[in-house]
Amino acid sequence: MLTAVLVGFVAALGFAFAGNHMRKSVSYWIPFLPASLFVYFALMVPPVLADGAILFQYNWAESMGVSMNFRLDILSLLFALLITGIGTLVFLYSTAYMRDHKQLDRFYGYLSLFMASMLGLVLAENLITLFVFWEMTSISSFFLIGFNYRDKKAGRAALTALCITGGGGLLLLVALLMMGQIAGTYSFTEILQSGDLLRDSLMYPVILLLLFAGVFTKSAQFPFHFWLPEAMRAPTPVSTYLHSATMVKAGIYLLARFHPVLEGPGLWQNTLLIVGGITMLFGAIHALLRTDMKAILAYTTISALGIMVFLTGLGTPAALAALGLFILVHALYKSSMFLLTGVLDKTTGTRNLTQLRGLGKYMPLVFAAGMLAALSNAGLLPALGYHSKHLFYEASLGHITHSTLLTGLALVTNILLLAAGLLIGLRPFTGQPSHQPGERVSSLLWLPTLLPGLLAVAAGLAPVFMEKTLTSPFTNELTTTAFEGHLHLWGGFDQLLMLSVMTLAAGLIVYWKFSTPKESRVDLVKREKLSPGGLMYKAALKLRNFFKTLIHILQNGYLRYYTSVIIGFLVLLMGLRIQYSLEFNYDLERILDVQAIEAVTMLVMVISVVVSVVSKSRLLAVASLGAVGLCICLIFLYFSAPDLAMTQFTIDTLTVVLFVLLLNGLPAYLLKADQGIHWRDLILAGGFGTLIFVFTLEVLNQPTDSGINAFYAENAYLLAKGKNVVNVILVDFRGVDTLIEIVVLAVAGLGVFSLIKLKVTDAPE
Amino acid sequence: MHRNNDDNQAGQMTTLILRTASTYLMPLLLLFSIFILIRGHYEPGGGFVGGLIASIALVVYGYANGLKRIKSFLQFHPGGLIPTGVTLAMLSGIAPMFLGKPFMTGLWLDQQLPIIGHVGTALFFDTGVYLVVVGTTLTIIFSIGEEIDS
Repeated sequence: MLTAVLVGFVAALGFAFAGNHMRKSVSYWIPFLPASLFVYFALMVPPVLADGAILFQYNWAESMGVSMNFRLDILSLLFALLITGIGTLVFLYSTAYMRDHKQLDRFYGYLSLFMASMLGLVLAENLITLFVFWEMTSISSFFLIGFNYRDKKAGRAALTALCITGGGGLLLLVALLMMGQIAGTYSFTEILQSGDLLRDSLMYPVILLLLFAGVFTKSAQFPFHFWLPEAMRAPTPVSTYLHSATMVKAGIYLLARFHPVLEGPGLWQNTLLIVGGITMLFGAIHALLRTDMKAILAYTTISALGIMVFLTGLGTPAALAALGLFILVHALYKSSMFLLTGVLDKTTGTRNLTQLRGLGKYMPLVFAAGMLAALSNAGLLPALGYHSKHLFYEASLGHITHSTLLTGLALVTNILLLAAGLLIGLRPFTGQPSHQPGERVSSLLWLPTLLPGLLAVAAGLAPVFMEKTLTSPFTNELTTTAFEGHLHLWGGFDQLLMLSVMTLAAGLIVYWKFSTPKESRVDLVKREKLSPGGLMYKAALKLRNFFKTLIHILQNGYLRYYTSVIIGFLVLLMGLRIQYSLEFNYDLERILDVQAIEAVTMLVMVISVVVSVVSKSRLLAVASLGAVGLCICLIFLYFSAPDLAMTQFTIDTLTVVLFVLLLNGLPAYLLKADQGIHWRDLILAGGFGTLIFVFTLEVLNQPTDSGINAFYAENAYLLAKGKNVVNVILVDFRGVDTLIEIVVLAVAGLGVFSLIKLKVTDAPE
Repeated sequence: MHRNNDDNQAGQMTTLILRTASTYLMPLLLLFSIFILIRGHYEPGGGFVGGLIASIALVVYGYANGLKRIKSFLQFHPGGLIPTGVTLAMLSGIAPMFLGKPFMTGLWLDQQLPIIGHVGTALFFDTGVYLVVVGTTLTIIFSIGEEIDS
């Protein structure tokens, strides 16, 4: 299992290092990666259906309660199969779609990175691990949206997506930490037992709101939906994979994951019903107002995500069964529609619906794919969508208090979505041909487009199988009440059938109304200033300007100013703090027990400091500072700290070298500072010196033997096979600290490098 | 300091003594830094100090002979050492996970190797630290040096 999750990361690294050497021929082999993962997870289906949940345990940082455990139950299995299955199709499609792109290495690298992170996200059993993978999906999405980085708008779209999903991610982290604190564990399997504890906690509403912030941003719910249509700047295979089939469903996954422990009447249900309801209707309406096929698909995706949130809010067994089925159905038909759009875009050079007609004659197989997708979207027999739509209506009708309102909402949404589906799957292929595509559509393009549609029909014709493998285990996983209803091809003349017929009839009318796009519709779209996206963008601009002003005040480019601000602030803050805790209880006898050699070293230090301050020569000043450093080395040696002495010595040498190097580039030494500045510096330096002095005295006052020294001394050789305790602490006992420190060091090095080397030549706006 | 001729680069001190000495000092110091790195687990030393010593060796050489010489000596940009080092340290932390042990558990070979002594993941980790330190220090100093040149 660990291998299955990590193989994508390894592949991503491999692609990254392959660089431009990556040839097209290599890319034909890449789809085998997701395909083999798909087979692996498909083989897991029988054991999961038999056992419920399978745990795979790997230790990570056990002492901190963070483990790399993976949990495979029907929910994660469904997602894992989608990720690898749709992944296979998308990778296959990309071999043809991206064939002529120059940066295949990056493309496949990011895509594999995403696949691996997404797998990790749905399989993680630990909240912290889950969060890490959650953020990694946001980051890989950022890279993929901005893949055509020369396109300024793509860059902006990528940044918007990252800000929205990343901001939500931070709030989610707080929610996860609070849940971990209350439940006393970060293991999901154990949290499953503490549902009552969480629900009874005072923090329950806070946790819910924070969790929702994470979910709604990731899954593009109103009013955070606007990053998704912008994200359509990504290459079409990416939009198919991340922004329709998998990543945006991560929020839904999380809702479903926590449904058993967090669901309840009131806040949970109402928020989800309201937000989901608004989103599904809003998305469906907006979809019909667009003419760009990808924009239509983006808004229908938003609408579909709204439906999923809505179903989770309903929370009845029927609704959860519908949710499980709809996640699958939507992934199948929507990826088909996206891939079809890519084919049309590739062959005709446009995605504008007003310009695409009559292409069915030239690409019958793509037309077939479009029809199958539209069929599934419309919820007509024999496609799988039929069952999910039935369950959807069944669930909304089953609501205790507001069944009419909710069913009406569902009906309108479904009608509009049906029309939007026909706009994509039917309209470009009928009527008078607008283009005459030169070449035949490659099988690598039409096969992945057609396959999901065929699968949906096959699954739709096997309702008993789908019920056994998906709806009933899915419902059992999420709730304790079993789902009583059944999937069947013919349910008799009932309310559900009536609703379906109404949906179809009204949908066809709406399609007919909207099938000739009018310019006025496009105008409506331009009123974006008042949309949530426009407002948030404006707010972000305001915020940026505020910080710009603040930074101009604080960071005026003079190093001396920075230093004085930092030191002054430190003295003020710490001085205010420690005056309450000073003890003045000094053991004078011990402090004054100074040996001659120490006194001499101190004297040398003081003299050097004075020399470096009053000296008129920069070289002399630097050299005296070096002397201070060497004296500190000596002190370390007296107190038997050879490691510190060595480090101090080498650092000191390098600093002096760096100084001398810089001296060359400086103008001649002139004494420009006036009396006032001298006083200011004296006060700052004196204050800081006093602070450190008092600190040192206070520290000396503390007991030195806390037992930790003894622990390190005793265990250095036993546990870590080292005799140098300092080094053992660095590389073993506190190795993670060191690891992070070298990363900080690396970042600092890169920072200096880019500051000096990469000059910004006035960026054209 | 005045610049007399065009060959004279920043930080290049045209003293014959330093130039001659640095030619001999550099390999010695580099060897010494590796020695310090390896013995770090038992005696004073370690990756951090070792890396600093190696940086000093190269910086002093660069000083005496000009940045161009040191660059042609290294043949690659020292910045490349940074990711290499981080990766090495990271991998030595991940390695025990494949044996079912927690992240960063020390793994050791039973047999001692000649000269080096005990070899374990900690040594690779320390080597990673060493590389990052060398890479960062040289990147910073060389960038500044080149900036002054231009």
